[in-house]
Amino acid sequence: MFTRRETLVGVAGAAILAAMPKTPVAAEQIDVARLPRKKVTLLPPPFVHAHDQVAKGGPMIVEFTMTIQEKPVVIDDDGTTMQAMTFNGSIPGPMMVVHEGDYVELTLINPAGNEMPHNIDFHAATGALGGAALTHVNPGEQVTLRFKATRSGTFVYHCAPEGMIPWHVVSGMSGTLMVLPRDGLKDERGRPIRYDTVYYIGENEFYVPRDENGNFKTFESLADSYADTIEAMRGLIPTHVVFNGRVGALTGEGALKAKVGETVLFVHSQANRDTRPHLIGGHGDYVWEEGKFANPPAKDLETWFIRGGSAGAAIYTFRQPGIYAYVNHNLIEAAELGATAHIVVEGEWDDDLMTQVKAPGPITTN
Amino acid sequence: MKLSVPIAAAAAASVLAAGLILQAPPRRATTDLAIKTITIEPEPFQYRLPGEFLKNGRIADGPKQSTALSRPLEIMAYQVSAAEYAACVADGACRPADGPGTPSDLPVTGVSFHDAEAYAGWLSEKTGERWRLPTDEEWAFAAAERFSDDSLEIVETDAANPAARWIAAYRERSVGKSRDTTPKPRGTFGANGRGLIDVAGNVWEWTSTCYTRAHIDADGEIVQTTENCGVRVTGGRHRGYMTSFLRDGKSGGCAAGIAPDNLGFRLVKDPAPTIAQRLLGRFSRS
Repeated sequence: MFTRRETLVGVAGAAILAAMPKTPVAAEQIDVARLPRKKVTLLPPPFVHAHDQVAKGGPMIVEFTMTIQEKPVVIDDDGTTMQAMTFNGSIPGPMMVVHEGDYVELTLINPAGNEMPHNIDFHAATGALGGAALTHVNPGEQVTLRFKATRSGTFVYHCAPEGMIPWHVVSGMSGTLMVLPRDGLKDERGRPIRYDTVYYIGENEFYVPRDENGNFKTFESLADSYADTIEAMRGLIPTHVVFNGRVGALTGEGALKAKVGETVLFVHSQANRDTRPHLIGGHGDYVWEEGKFANPPAKDLETWFIRGGSAGAAIYTFRQPGIYAYVNHNLIEAAELGATAHIVVEGEWDDDLMTQVKAPGPITTN
Repeated sequence: MKLSVPIAAAAAASVLAAGLILQAPPRRATTDLAIKTITIEPEPFQYRLPGEFLKNGRIADGPKQSTALSRPLEIMAYQVSAAEYAACVADGACRPADGPGTPSDLPVTGVSFHDAEAYAGWLSEKTGERWRLPTDEEWAFAAAERFSDDSLEIVETDAANPAARWIAAYRERSVGKSRDTTPKPRGTFGANGRGLIDVAGNVWEWTSTCYTRAHIDADGEIVQTTENCGVRVTGGRHRGYMTSFLRDGKSGGCAAGIAPDNLGFRLVKDPAPTIAQRLLGRFSRS
């Protein structure tokens, strides 16, 4: 069943490809060919590859390579295992950073051992379904796509194979591209904003089918998991809502780290479903809810809204030490389904900001 | 009923029991299970009091005392198994546990303090013996070298920074935290120095001790205590405090805390009352 369907999808993809104009105007092509190139090695989330906050020099071609990995992954501490599809082996896929006006050149590899055809839709890209129509690769193929980053902001990318888009996305195939303004981030009055650290919080929700006893099912392969998973997805109630691919991934030994006085940029992406990040005990000093840096940031937010299918950015300078919880403030999703990260912040306590005037004790009667 | 065996024969009996169950008719199989216990003679040991302690209004480690139990402690060698607990459920005296019931040699998990109490009551009635949850002090004594209290041994060089202790506690509990929280067959985590099996594995154990918040003076003497029996002390890889009706350790953690992996229990057996005590009991009842 899959083979036939995939063959059909493959043919459709090839047909679109054939219909695409092959060459842009010659003059532009020469310009692009002369641009400097930079090869970037991606880091798995929540980390982000080293990058300049302000571009040094003019536009360049930034080369990335991602290998698609289909594999079973454990998504909670109970050992629940999901047949996952991933960009480069991680959920979410790695974050790429370029500057506005740069060209993103991605080589996407679908190794022969995989079961499924895949592609990639960049929300930052213009045309051809975000590149999806030009990047359709069957197992055993690779493709290279180049597009111009014409708008600054944080943008989702995700797999979008015809007929199976949501299944690929909720099985792990989404990630983030950050296009920085060439002169860096700015506040509402155009003054520069710089960060010391960037953390990339990829939120995914999973729909793991249950057996007749209510226990999560395990499947032998992607194909094996398909029918039940689609049924679970159609209920629209996720079984897991997680950061970094599994319940608790960014807690304990995986907790994020910061220091009092440090400015952290949190990029939060959700490719499929609305979410509402909140830093317990802190704030969003500057927040681009929609993630688009051409718009002035909102200030002093308590909770910010990330539309499903988008990535947002929030800047915060830590002012007090302690353990912070960074949650999806649907607290049921945070506490029961997994959407909680921790940040261990070291530094000096500021009594002026907060103090326990009197420790807990018996109720005093006057 | 072979619910209790002498210590010397216990090891042999438990080995036999496995074989016997297979051959025995399915009826009342669980009541043929020998409950292996360990009896520990009292001896002085260092014990840190459970609860939250405040010194000069700041959280401090609880006072550590040299103490000794007043009489020998007879305690289950193993945590109560899923199969043993299932017998109580079958009798209508216990609520079904939330944790896995198979294989039957798993420790029972997904049980609250009240479930553990119900099981102890049922087992006592079934056997005519006196089973109950251990106190935290008894549990600590039996856990011996595997006991981990909740002290952080922080030298208060930075007493003005309330976050220091918070961060230290978080690190302490995060380091080496096993990500495999699936209950394992009994015996997986081996015996401690006293012969107790699976102490401080991935199943935390309920005790009967209530949570307290106490103010201590400069000498560590308790000057004031507030007790909250809606929260009980659990023993495990680290000492925990759980709301008594919770069955899932994970539900007990705050937004930024590492919670127990699973909740189960083991019981202690009090000696049968002496004739004098029984007579006394009869008199006091009449």
